Amino acid sequence: MSTLEIDRIRKSYGIHEVLKEVSISIATGDFLVLLGPSGCGKSTLLNMIAGLDSITGGEVRIAGKVVNDLSPKDRDIAMVFQSYALYPTMTVRQNIEFGMKIRGVPPAEREKAVSKAADLLQMTHLLDRKPAQLSGGQRQRVAMGRAIVRQPKLFLFDEPLSNLDAKLRVDMRTEIKRLHARLGTTIVYVTHDQIEAMTLATRVAVMKDGVVQQLDEPQVVYDRPANVYVAKFVGSPSMNIIPGVLEVQGSTVSAVVDVANRQPARISGIPMSLETARKYAGKKVLVGIRPENFSIAAGDHGSTLAVDIDVVEPTGPDTLVVFNCGGVEVTARLPPKQASAGSEAVLSVDTSKVVIFDAISETRID
Amino acid sequence: MATKAPSHQRQQLLGRAIIYGGLLFMAAFYLMPLWVMITTSVKHLDEIYAGSFIGLPKQITFEAWQTAWSEACNGTACRGLKPYFINSLLMTIPAVLLSTGIGAINGYVITKWRFPGSNVIFGLLLFGCFLPFQAVILPMAQTLGMLGLAGTIPGLVLVHTVYGIAFTTLFFRNYFISIPDELVKAAQIDGAGFIRIFVSIILPTALPIIVVSCIWQFTQIWNDFLFGASFTAGENAPITVALNNIVNVSMGRKQYNVDMAAAMIAALPTLIVYVVAGRYFVRGLTAGAVKG
Repeated sequence: MSTLEIDRIRKSYGIHEVLKEVSISIATGDFLVLLGPSGCGKSTLLNMIAGLDSITGGEVRIAGKVVNDLSPKDRDIAMVFQSYALYPTMTVRQNIEFGMKIRGVPPAEREKAVSKAADLLQMTHLLDRKPAQLSGGQRQRVAMGRAIVRQPKLFLFDEPLSNLDAKLRVDMRTEIKRLHARLGTTIVYVTHDQIEAMTLATRVAVMKDGVVQQLDEPQVVYDRPANVYVAKFVGSPSMNIIPGVLEVQGSTVSAVVDVANRQPARISGIPMSLETARKYAGKKVLVGIRPENFSIAAGDHGSTLAVDIDVVEPTGPDTLVVFNCGGVEVTARLPPKQASAGSEAVLSVDTSKVVIFDAISETRID
Repeated sequence: MATKAPSHQRQQLLGRAIIYGGLLFMAAFYLMPLWVMITTSVKHLDEIYAGSFIGLPKQITFEAWQTAWSEACNGTACRGLKPYFINSLLMTIPAVLLSTGIGAINGYVITKWRFPGSNVIFGLLLFGCFLPFQAVILPMAQTLGMLGLAGTIPGLVLVHTVYGIAFTTLFFRNYFISIPDELVKAAQIDGAGFIRIFVSIILPTALPIIVVSCIWQFTQIWNDFLFGASFTAGENAPITVALNNIVNVSMGRKQYNVDMAAAMIAALPTLIVYVVAGRYFVRGLTAGAVKG
């Protein structure tokens, strides 16, 4: 049992409110990623879970127990920091042992725990080195080893990969995922990198200005973003948000969008309840389409739009095609060499993946 | 070009000569008093009075050093500098350790356990670095009197500790500010408390700045004359005060060689400290804290 419940948590510094009634609850073994730009309050929230920051209002419960007034060491947690926070004058072994020493774990047991963690992270040969003699990835490993020997109810990761170079970041990401699969411990992980969130999480909480925008499985957050902010933050290139008008004909919901220099296009068969759609019929909405939900049209059937291609950006596996639609730049991800700049293309849209947002509140309607 | 090049070279050479000449002159000028001190201290008094003040000694003798150490008179007794040298050690060593220790704790609290107003307190502490000590002599004398420490070596230890804290706090604060706060957070999660974190994690990283603080404080306190002269008299005086008394008391001919030897003895400990630990001084002042 190592659930985590964050119940209407608030944090303010003076009159400045950093977190506004945040509620998140996750089950044992979950991998929760707090995702958001810097300043959204995600690190503050993590520090409050850890007990490193005071709680202005609300409750944090770990395994059902309220921990608001417990010091960090009594919360049964372990934390990995962005700067690794290894004790510079101690060897790797001493770094890993430090917590156990304080808790009064006998030397024989400490030794066993250290060698087990070192085995798990393949760093037995590093045990007698000082942190200054280690590379970034190795330091990260040591920081994780220090957390593992604690055998906590909850692992907390504060942007652990941000200081690593791109290649190493991907490797360590896999390693963290593998570690989670092996240990099965509940994890809370803070990052601003949406790819880390997508790849690692079982649950993602997208945050902005101290408010959770959406809390769900990564695929749901990706496919059905709660609002325009989430839609744009998750996914790269981000979801296209095109102004359009909603129409209902019989039981078919469609959206009409302007295309630069051409006929407006009709995107038909949008999955949403007829009841809601009727309320919005004839009104302005925002149409959300992921770049990969465009394809080169094969024939005339389905929803197609003819566009003038503005820019073509080959990335290798596919090509990003930019055109203008409804007054905004729209990006489509197409197979390579199927379009060239300045030419015309007829694209079809996978309407089952289209999401519609309210034009004013920018929240998803379905 | 062919004619220009040599003249250009000559000009450069001349410039160099002027620069080095100037530097050598300055260095010689700076070292001249030391030269006079050393040579005079190993001359016979007769030789000095014969008029040779700057030249090499005809015959080297350490009699003057012997006299300065154990026989010179300071107006009340003729026991040389030895007892006052010990006084100075008894005053300096505890004061250096105490002020460095307190400065380290202050720096630790101000950087790693910030509390509302901690910056104001640090600002006020910095005032201490610029405080003219003459201004505090009278109130300090009264305070020492009330504490029953007037005229004692522990009294001097207290005064030097208190007035040393400003500088030592500044040293440690500037060093600890570059240690990432996450180090403290990690230790907190590991279960370490205020003292454990200080002793096991922060202090071991601070060796260079500890050396800086000790050298600085040792030099300041050992060389202090004002507090020594103001708050002690007679037997409890530090070496600087005793040196002054020896030099100012003259019976018969002024014993220049003894005066010089006494001055050398009084200056030696700070010189030795600097020679032994000086390389750490520069390193410590320029080093940032180790990044984990």
